[in-house]
Amino acid sequence: MEEKRHINIQYDKELREVKESLIYVGALTEKAIEQGIRALLNRDTELARQVIANDSQIDRLDAEIEEKCIRLLALRQPAARDLRFITTAIKINGHLERIGDMAANIAEKAIILNQEPLLKPYVDLPRMAEITQGMIKESLDALVNEDVALAHKVRKDDQIVDNLNEQIFRELLTFMMENTQTIHRALIISQISKLLERVSDHAEGIADMVIYMVTGQNVRHKPAPAEQG
Amino acid sequence: MTKEQRRKTEGVIALSLSTFSAILGLFWLAFILGDVLVQGMQALNLTLFINDPAPAGVEGGGLRNAFVGQLMITLCASLIGVPIGVLGGTFLAEYARGRKIARMISMLSDIVVSVPSIVIGTFVYAILVRPVGHFSGWAGAVALAIIMIPVVLRTTEDMLSLVPWELREAAFALGAPYYKVIIQVVYRGAATGILTGILLSIARVAGETAPLLFTSFNNSFFSLDMNHPLSSLTATIFQYAMGPYKSWHAQAWAAAFVITVFILFLTLLGRLIIKWRYR
Amino acid sequence: MPESIALTVKDLNFYYSGNIHVLKKVNLPVYKNSVTALIGPSGCGKTTLLRCFNRMHDLYPHNRYEGEILLEEKNILENPVDLINLRSRIGMVFQKPTPFPMSIFDNIAYGLKLKGIKKRTEQSGLVEKALQQAHLWAEVKDKLKASAYELSGGQQQRLVIARALAVNPEILLFDEPTSALDPLSTAKIEELVEILKKQITIIIVTHNMQQAARISDWTGFLMLGELIEFDRTDKIFTTPSQKLTEDYVTGRFG
Repeated sequence: MEEKRHINIQYDKELREVKESLIYVGALTEKAIEQGIRALLNRDTELARQVIANDSQIDRLDAEIEEKCIRLLALRQPAARDLRFITTAIKINGHLERIGDMAANIAEKAIILNQEPLLKPYVDLPRMAEITQGMIKESLDALVNEDVALAHKVRKDDQIVDNLNEQIFRELLTFMMENTQTIHRALIISQISKLLERVSDHAEGIADMVIYMVTGQNVRHKPAPAEQG
Repeated sequence: MTKEQRRKTEGVIALSLSTFSAILGLFWLAFILGDVLVQGMQALNLTLFINDPAPAGVEGGGLRNAFVGQLMITLCASLIGVPIGVLGGTFLAEYARGRKIARMISMLSDIVVSVPSIVIGTFVYAILVRPVGHFSGWAGAVALAIIMIPVVLRTTEDMLSLVPWELREAAFALGAPYYKVIIQVVYRGAATGILTGILLSIARVAGETAPLLFTSFNNSFFSLDMNHPLSSLTATIFQYAMGPYKSWHAQAWAAAFVITVFILFLTLLGRLIIKWRYR
Repeated sequence: MPESIALTVKDLNFYYSGNIHVLKKVNLPVYKNSVTALIGPSGCGKTTLLRCFNRMHDLYPHNRYEGEILLEEKNILENPVDLINLRSRIGMVFQKPTPFPMSIFDNIAYGLKLKGIKKRTEQSGLVEKALQQAHLWAEVKDKLKASAYELSGGQQQRLVIARALAVNPEILLFDEPTSALDPLSTAKIEELVEILKKQITIIIVTHNMQQAARISDWTGFLMLGELIEFDRTDKIFTTPSQKLTEDYVTGRFG
């Protein structure tokens, strides 16, 4: 649906800039997750350090976006869809910032694990990371295209990530019970798994905000449809 | 010379010309007043106001009858002319606002204003003097009223139109019927302007001579009878000025002075009222 | 909890000078003790609609109403109607402050006089009450005999409100009451509206959307004579159901 532009062109431009900044930060966080897991898989400590360093860029951009949004609230007195967009943007911004932090945390844990011998080949973690990255991308696509259906898909995907997290934990538990030498590494791996699960929660949060922005419905504390737990 | 200098010079010339013209105008005003005063000084005493005219050639006469007569005629003219003028102006500004008939009446009113007063005098002569058979104070009053009406009507209409429409709407919104809106709100708002218009119209007719000559004529004796010829200052001035007696001339000058001062006073009063009201 | 209704507009059509169709089948409720705002672009008919409530259009020839406006089950648009009574129940405040050329006291007492309360002693109490309600008493109580024109613009507007309140109306119509005032006076009047709505019902026309958002409980959006949407104000400004409404409140046209 062709959206009419505002009478004030500058206002239109400012709103667009916020959207584009969000997409850019989203891409950065996606990359951070991908690199963090890769640093783990390839035992690449250098890459891990890069991820940690890049987080400051994400933090900086996050602060800029928030400032732009507050400025728009003060000066433009937005209403209806514009108001929903800006308040949504502030929340999405927060989610992305947390995702960035978690990617850095994952990188830190990767550095620790890389000091020790490999516990077992990583199978589920890369899968989790892939799905999570997909969720981040899709939630931002949903924002850009105002695609509610896509947002609902992202919400469903979170369940898959939750399941994977539980699976990994159960597997690690077996390891730990069999051999106390593995406890340290197993715990750290489970922490990484938990971090990814939280990242996917944040991605789901982004999807919830997109649904609110487009439809005005608040689905945040409602379960995703067709979820059976 | 430079543009700057030329502009300055033009400014100075313009200023001088206008100042000179103003002084010229004021000069004549002062001259007339002064001359009239000087000429009539000798007759400007109490006897002028208290005594009636003495027989021709005899000293000690006054113009009491003329003052009283002038007052009566002007008063009656006002009593006839002002209500008609105000109500007519109200009709034009309120009930007929914007309609064609309003424009027509306005136009006619403007035409009557420019009719020479002597023509109005002869007109009233034809309708009120000839059929009756003799001159009368009433005929004089009517003639003056006819001159007054268009002035009062136009001023009233203009002043009422100046009252903003929103004021009327506000009164309507409180539930007032139109006539009450006009009387209680619009008249109050335009009161000063209408009053000034009335004063000015009186000032206008106070100095008329020609219409009175054809209608109330003149009367050498003191009379309060409006049904018969009545003396008036202006007619008397005319008569005395043409007469042979020096005392008559002096009295004519004195009477002229009184009339001039009276009209000047009314005009200034009108302006003062405006100034006081809109301070 | 359903709110009680002060006025109902039913299928209202309005024609200027015979045939210019200015209001088209308007239907809306006006709830008691609330502020209902009418917004829309210039020429949308919001002021025209407002003026139907107290039949101000009757002043001009060839205007025609069709449909009903029900005040307590009675249609105020039908004839014959007691206009004086209607206008004392439904008062109006205009865009430009319009004090009468009289003293402050006489201004307020004018409506009382029209209703037959002519004695000074009876009027005094009611005049003071009206000025208190309009939050103007403290500022003018020592100069009731002074001309109303000595007051500032904001004070004059409150005077006009007091004048309308003096006759104890049930409904007060505001036609862009603050567009001629400075921001401070505007804020005072907006505060006054919020306080007044506890006693009377208020309908306000404004071209300032933020004002409508600030002070109204219900908002009606009109365009080209039609009521596009009518809903609670917070809904209109966060999630309006009509695209046209949203385009207007977000500044995409207007």
